[in-house]
Amino acid sequence: LSHGAGGRAMGQLIEGIFHKAFDNEWLRAGNDQSAFSVPGGRMVMTTDGYVVSPLFFPGGNIGTLAVHGTINDVAMAGAVPLYLSASFIIEEGFPLADLERIAESMGAASREAGVPIITGDTKVVERGKADGVFISTAGVGMVPAGLDLRSDAARPGDAVIVSGSIGDHGVAVMSKRENLEFDTDIVSDSAALHGLVAAMVEAGGQHIRLMRDPTRGGIAATLNEIAHQSRLGFHIDEEAIPLKPEVAAACEFLGLDPLNVANEGKLVVVVAPEGAEALLAAMRAHPLGAEAALIGHAVADDHCFVQMATSFGGGRIVDWLSGEQLPRIC
Amino acid sequence: MTTALARSLESPVRRLRLRVRGVVQGVGFRPFAYRLARSMGLTGFVLNDSAGVLIEIEGVEAAGFAEAMRRGPPPLARIDAVEVMELVPAGGESFEILESLAGRTVTRIGADAATCTECLDELRDPASRFFGYVFVNCTHCGPRFTITRALPYDRAQTSMASFVMCPACAADYADPENRRFHAEPVACPACGPRLSHLVADVAAAIEAGKIVALKGIGGFHLVCDARNNAAVATLRQRKARDEKPFAVMVADIEAAQKLGDLSEAEEALLTSAARPVVLVEACAAGLSSLLAPGLRRIGMMLAYAPVHHLLFDALASMDTVRPAALVATSANPGGEPLVADNVDAEHRLAAIADLIVTHDRDIAVRADDSVMQVIDGAPAFIRRARGFVPEPVYLGEDGPSVIATGADLKNTVCVIRGHEAFLSQHVGGLDNAEAIRFQNEAIAHLCSILDVKPDYAACDLHPDFRSVRMAESLDLPVIPVQHHLAHVAAVAAEHRLAGPVLGLALDGHGFGTDGTAWGGEMLVVDGALWDRAGSLSPLSLPGGDKAAREPWRMGVSALVAAGRDDLASELWPEHSGVSQLVSMFARGMQPPQTTSLGRLFDAASALSGLRLVQSYEGQAAMEFEALVRKPRPLVGGYAIRDGILDFRPLMLHLAEQHPGQTEAADLFHGTLITGLAEWAAIGASRLGIRQVALGGGCMMNRILASGLALALRNHGLEPYLPRLAPANDGGIALGQAAYARQVIMNEQMKLEGGRTCA
Ligand SMILES: [Fe+3]
Ligand SMILES: [Mg+2]
Ligand SMILES: [Zn+2]
Ligand SMILES: [Zn+2]
Repeated sequence: LSHGAGGRAMGQLIEGIFHKAFDNEWLRAGNDQSAFSVPGGRMVMTTDGYVVSPLFFPGGNIGTLAVHGTINDVAMAGAVPLYLSASFIIEEGFPLADLERIAESMGAASREAGVPIITGDTKVVERGKADGVFISTAGVGMVPAGLDLRSDAARPGDAVIVSGSIGDHGVAVMSKRENLEFDTDIVSDSAALHGLVAAMVEAGGQHIRLMRDPTRGGIAATLNEIAHQSRLGFHIDEEAIPLKPEVAAACEFLGLDPLNVANEGKLVVVVAPEGAEALLAAMRAHPLGAEAALIGHAVADDHCFVQMATSFGGGRIVDWLSGEQLPRIC
Repeated sequence: MTTALARSLESPVRRLRLRVRGVVQGVGFRPFAYRLARSMGLTGFVLNDSAGVLIEIEGVEAAGFAEAMRRGPPPLARIDAVEVMELVPAGGESFEILESLAGRTVTRIGADAATCTECLDELRDPASRFFGYVFVNCTHCGPRFTITRALPYDRAQTSMASFVMCPACAADYADPENRRFHAEPVACPACGPRLSHLVADVAAAIEAGKIVALKGIGGFHLVCDARNNAAVATLRQRKARDEKPFAVMVADIEAAQKLGDLSEAEEALLTSAARPVVLVEACAAGLSSLLAPGLRRIGMMLAYAPVHHLLFDALASMDTVRPAALVATSANPGGEPLVADNVDAEHRLAAIADLIVTHDRDIAVRADDSVMQVIDGAPAFIRRARGFVPEPVYLGEDGPSVIATGADLKNTVCVIRGHEAFLSQHVGGLDNAEAIRFQNEAIAHLCSILDVKPDYAACDLHPDFRSVRMAESLDLPVIPVQHHLAHVAAVAAEHRLAGPVLGLALDGHGFGTDGTAWGGEMLVVDGALWDRAGSLSPLSLPGGDKAAREPWRMGVSALVAAGRDDLASELWPEHSGVSQLVSMFARGMQPPQTTSLGRLFDAASALSGLRLVQSYEGQAAMEFEALVRKPRPLVGGYAIRDGILDFRPLMLHLAEQHPGQTEAADLFHGTLITGLAEWAAIGASRLGIRQVALGGGCMMNRILASGLALALRNHGLEPYLPRLAPANDGGIALGQAAYARQVIMNEQMKLEGGRTCA
């Protein structure tokens, strides 16, 4: 891929790749924007940037991640995602074949989710000004009538449910990046969660306080965020948290706390205690929530601590971290 | 002739004003001055004020008073300075103890002190009103810090407030001739607190092998028979503490001498009023082998509260042959801070103790037992708490008030007020909510008993330390201080080192200014200026904190650094993960780097086949130290280049030659000492510095610390070891606060300089 000279031809070539891969009526119309009509009610909109290294990892790539991540951000409001946009910053010299792979898998992911990418943009920048490909997206969706999820809505006594095993994505990416090898291949959990969310809303929408997808920083960051926004604490139980043995082993070996490791196809839901059981059952009935588990409760706590029960009855504080997990032992 | 003439011209009666500074409040200083003045036929007065004690004396003997005062102050007093001013004689009939002048006057709360011999005599005297009384105390002994909520120090501010003195106690309290004059916690069976159980029943439970939670001065102890293997094993199992050593309490120094090979300095420390746990060489059989597995030294302390003495008396009457020895470990379930509250005890200790013995005198603030050892002939702290807090470190300089929040492990906090730095009691690891609450409590209590609102906060550089979050939450300007700079600054502060100091921070891990893991650093510090002058050669830290828990990882890392990763499978053929880690290194995995000396200890311990996985922090290094017979340097065991000290040849020798564990321990310690000393000497001569401050967790290794101090002296340098604060992270708050103050004063000077110019 070259930048500058022959820009026009190259631009058309790239456009062609995306149009073919994402193909839909809005893109075919060839406008600089896409028009669509929406039903009445509350609408949500999200925007997100994707910068991953490596671009391809077991279970996905930067493109599928962008589609799933954006859909999930819309879905965490309880909303039905409708349309996406995608904009690409491509580094000069990036292999065209890789770009095609990314575009095709993105198109497939969006079709599978039933959420079309209806507008977009591409830019090629000089070598060194980007790292392969950066993607930025937007997504819109409609919130079902009567549903109003808020980040400060958690109440002491509420149950915390996670939709499945944690840490899969982060460990998959890390092992690929560091050239690590484990006995069992660990695959990213990257997935679009709006189907699961729809089932949850239908089964117990009135009891759901809020939902989050625990991406960067893992469920530790997510629970701390909610704790601070809702001005309360959480008590979670280590043994209740679903964790694949191979992910646990890899984390153990790498010295990582799986609670701090990223997920891309999981959600955390805080639910009023009376709705917890029904919600859990509905989640388990959905393929993406088959391993859903109740992992703890919200508690009144001025310090907004997230605490995890350890085997000897004490509790350790679960932190959100500034970035990577740094050593602390002196 | 001339002096005789001058004397004859002087009036024989003089009046002097003495300003006495030091630990002079709440320790019986006023009645002492009263008795002394009367015995010397002097008139005048004594009173407490905000600066200490103020005395005016008048009479023929006035000039000799200060000298007499210095000769025999009360047991718990410490006179730092006496300033004398000549006044015009004013006459007067008597010497009086005056009530304090208006305002906050008593500015000092004493540390808790062990039961004194007079109180002990009363405790055992059937004729005394204090016979068998668990809470007997006087001005020379008893609780202070742990029962006091705030200034001023009087009974109403202590947890004795709810106990109304009986006429006998009230009379003692009011009588300047009595040992209990103004002893705030004074009490007797007629009016004071009570123990929940009979001492005889407690003794019987211990004798029967039970585990007893016993409320003491600074918190609850878990107590059991230290000679009973089954009891100690049960305690280990219930406390989920596999191998970490337990301290032993014995009745008196005679009993201690039977169990330990004590030096004079260790005996002095054991019998001091602070009654710390002292690490001593164990010499007798009879103690359970489960107390301190793998270690040569045990932590020993003498009974320090009346209840301990009564308990030992009762045990002695049950077994007249063997002197009793009790495990006495802080009651801190699951690594949380120790329990000090009765309700909390029922809640948190029920699963550990067979019997919970409480009393109704509240512990206002918790304090663990202090732990010490003798290094290079003088006492050094391992953990500083009961008996020492809140004794200040004298800084010699005034300045703004700073609070420092320490590090996340072995946390203590420090408040600087005026000329002094006050280090809090040991708080512990900040990884649980209870510890954070304790830290809050320690900060609030310290500020309250010092009556100070700090102007600045200081903390570590680590982006994820909870102690840093704490500092940020205080709503003060925050000054972050690099971890090893703080270690060095702590030593410089307590020794009041002026001018440039070469600092060796020999440590586990600290966040460096470059984002890497530091831990074997040569720093040069001069006031607010500092620089990293050198470090150990870096090793990979595979698995972050995991590498600190599993020394085999550092073993592999050292082999990789030495280009002999092929030896890993030979050295540890069985250990899981080894071949995987080696192959990951081979494929180019790049873990973070560390210059830590602590991790080098781990690596050496693994390479010597001593310990591949630790069950408590520092275990490998402690066991390695315990194996040392005679440290001996390996020729060519290290290289120094451009300020980088490289021990790879030593590590390679351990891996290739398999010298055996004892030999390995001798070689490792000997080579470290020689290498570190030469490294420091080169740095010192290049920089033209003679003062070398030694700090960091590795300076708790007695062999290394004393060997290094000696070697540095042989190089013509002046080594300074941490004496008033722990060498490990327990002392870091002192360094943070002291260094932050340098920064602030430096800034203020610049500002003032700027104004003058403009
Ligand atoms: Fe340290
Ligand atoms: Mg997002
Ligand atoms: Zn006494
Ligand atoms: Zn009384």
